[in-house]
Amino acid sequence: MAHRFESVQQVRDGLRDVHYLADDGIAGVAFLADRLGKPVLVEGPAGTGKTQLAKSIAEVTGARLIRLQCYEGLDESKALYEWNYKKQLLRIQADRASDSWSEVHDDIFSDEFLLTRPLLEAISADDPVVLLIDEVDRVEVETEALLLEILSEYQVSIPELGTITAKQIPLVFLTSNNTRELSEALKRRCLYLHVDYPDMDREKQIVLTKVPEVSDNLADQIARIVRSIRQLDLKKAPSVSETIDWARTLVLLGIEHIDAQQAKETLHILLKYQTDIAKAAKELSATK
Amino acid sequence: MLELLAGFVNELRAAGLPVSLTENLDAMEAVQHIPIEDREAFKYALGATLVKNNAHWRAFETVFEVYFSLRGPQYKLVEDESELDAMWREMQEQLSQGQSQATQGGAMDALTPEEIAQLLMQALLNGDQAMMRALARQSVQRFAGMEPGRPVGGTYYLYRTLRNLDLEGMLEKLLDASRQQVGGELTELEERLERDEYDDRIEKFKQEIEAEIRRRLVADRGAEAMAKTLRKPLPEDVEFMHASRDEMVNLKKALQPLTRKLAARLARKRRHGRRGPLDFRSTVRHSLSYGGVPAEPKFKYPRPAKPELMVLADISGSVAAFARFTLMLVYAIQGQFSKVRSFVFIDGVDEVTDFFRGEEDLANAIHRVNTEADVVWVDGHSDYGHAFEVFWERFGKDVGPKTTVLLLGDARNNYHASQSWVVKEMRHKARHVYWLNPEPRSYWNTGDSIVNDYGAHTDGVYECRNLRQLEGFVEKLA
Repeated sequence: MAHRFESVQQVRDGLRDVHYLADDGIAGVAFLADRLGKPVLVEGPAGTGKTQLAKSIAEVTGARLIRLQCYEGLDESKALYEWNYKKQLLRIQADRASDSWSEVHDDIFSDEFLLTRPLLEAISADDPVVLLIDEVDRVEVETEALLLEILSEYQVSIPELGTITAKQIPLVFLTSNNTRELSEALKRRCLYLHVDYPDMDREKQIVLTKVPEVSDNLADQIARIVRSIRQLDLKKAPSVSETIDWARTLVLLGIEHIDAQQAKETLHILLKYQTDIAKAAKELSATK
Repeated sequence: MLELLAGFVNELRAAGLPVSLTENLDAMEAVQHIPIEDREAFKYALGATLVKNNAHWRAFETVFEVYFSLRGPQYKLVEDESELDAMWREMQEQLSQGQSQATQGGAMDALTPEEIAQLLMQALLNGDQAMMRALARQSVQRFAGMEPGRPVGGTYYLYRTLRNLDLEGMLEKLLDASRQQVGGELTELEERLERDEYDDRIEKFKQEIEAEIRRRLVADRGAEAMAKTLRKPLPEDVEFMHASRDEMVNLKKALQPLTRKLAARLARKRRHGRRGPLDFRSTVRHSLSYGGVPAEPKFKYPRPAKPELMVLADISGSVAAFARFTLMLVYAIQGQFSKVRSFVFIDGVDEVTDFFRGEEDLANAIHRVNTEADVVWVDGHSDYGHAFEVFWERFGKDVGPKTTVLLLGDARNNYHASQSWVVKEMRHKARHVYWLNPEPRSYWNTGDSIVNDYGAHTDGVYECRNLRQLEGFVEKLA
């Protein structure tokens, strides 16, 4: 099978071209996922670009992104496939007289009456696809089992039709916010990637890439303040997307150089809890 | 290569990381696709296939470093050290030129400690990674005074090196320097940012030194021996009673995601898997729409009772950390209980529920518990008997058939009277009484520990030495 990437460096350059700055770990794991044909389980705090990674990879490889948003109560008929009952009924009623039982039976359980859901769609696609299974930690442990077959064998078994095997192995990304421990079986089938808050330099680069209007000096300041805030003991540390929002706000306000007062006034963009804001405001103005 | 990896996986398992066979196979396949000269990529490839839990990453890194530092050269996994030495010589020359000293030989020990400090400051000021590395290497060589075969831990060498470098003083000097750079006073915000920045760089430098010491120890003693001494328990296995300060910080970090998971799991358990009894009234009511045929049975909405919790914790020195963690855990998931009240004691007893009420910051509440609660009666040594007696007198009437009482402590009573009748009475009135003991089971009932005196009257005594055991107990409880 032809590989999508030649080297780790290529992954990284490709991602940079679509404005996603990957570090060693991210690029390396994406490269391995392609080579080994294994799904990637991406874990990390909210807002660090887990979903964006899948989107960007799809963009780099020119593949279609198929997304399955997980939620509690997700089941087979929404994730894998469903029979189109209404159409089946119509088919049966359309020519009641002519067909024998076995003909009808064979007929109504055929591709025509199958509604594909994201997982089956990714498997049966002819064009290159990237499958994103978002927030997999939201489904119940029992539902996780649905994913196992597709993740390890890249196939879906439908009792009436038999097994549908993938024509090409899609890149699969699963994201998790770590609200619960995923099952061993699922973890074993995946490569594991933990995406954390970026270090200061990378964050600065991200701000510069995403908000081109920002000056180098301001981006530097933003990255440093955000890092200081993340070191505090907060309920919810600012995410990368919040950093970017903050940078945009500062640019819109025409601020070139942040002082304590301005930082305090715009803190509510970075932090979403009143106690956190109060704490950060206190910390930023007080020198130890 | 296969042997090398197999050995590595063994080492990981010995460190307590779960590595399954398929993961092992994946790792072997993965390394074939990675150019082996690229140390970072190699590490991430192994990490992605072998480590599936972020809390285990630190342990993985240590094992990786130790394991491959010795075997490294033949697989080109270690960066070239001669480069660092060359760089060091260059730096030295620059310095001696500037000061036109007569020590042109370039011998390693030619520099005075002051000069090294100066170089270090320069490196930190510019954030020059390579220079910091070279300096770490040199300062270990000069200050640590490592002797081959000496059975001393790495921390000793670390201490010796750091003592000579005076990093705390360095921070102030760095701040002064950046003040001068700007030419005047920094605003408060700027000062704060600069400080964080230098803190960060100094921290990195310390890590470099630690890594350097570790490398040398491995070279001296061999990877196997080192791996054993460096083997650290995973955060969830660290014992409360013997945690170092570092481990405490890690424990606290581990506690938060754990409580989140626990709360989600408990809420889910409550919602699912239970179905109430048949609701006759509702079934008949609904049968009307089917012409009186009870086609659709209705069930009562399940309302599992949430337990009411009373936590009574010993906060004397020996078990304070344990009490703190248990209180934090209980309050973090207090939504799973209908009511939580907490009491602390040493030889007196005091209610601290109010400290937690309306306080979003748990750490703050715990701090208030430690400073404001009135828990000393005579001498500030644990007296379970008296504390229980007073508790029963003052709050005993609040213990009812819905209450679950948690008693936390090691039951080391300093040979006072046990007053275990209180626990007996408690059990009569309460739904459950449990005792959590942070000591290993083998220490129970030795010395002045009288767990059994109390334990006989409770519904169970549980050993709670680490987060894993504590989590298991709380899950059972709610």
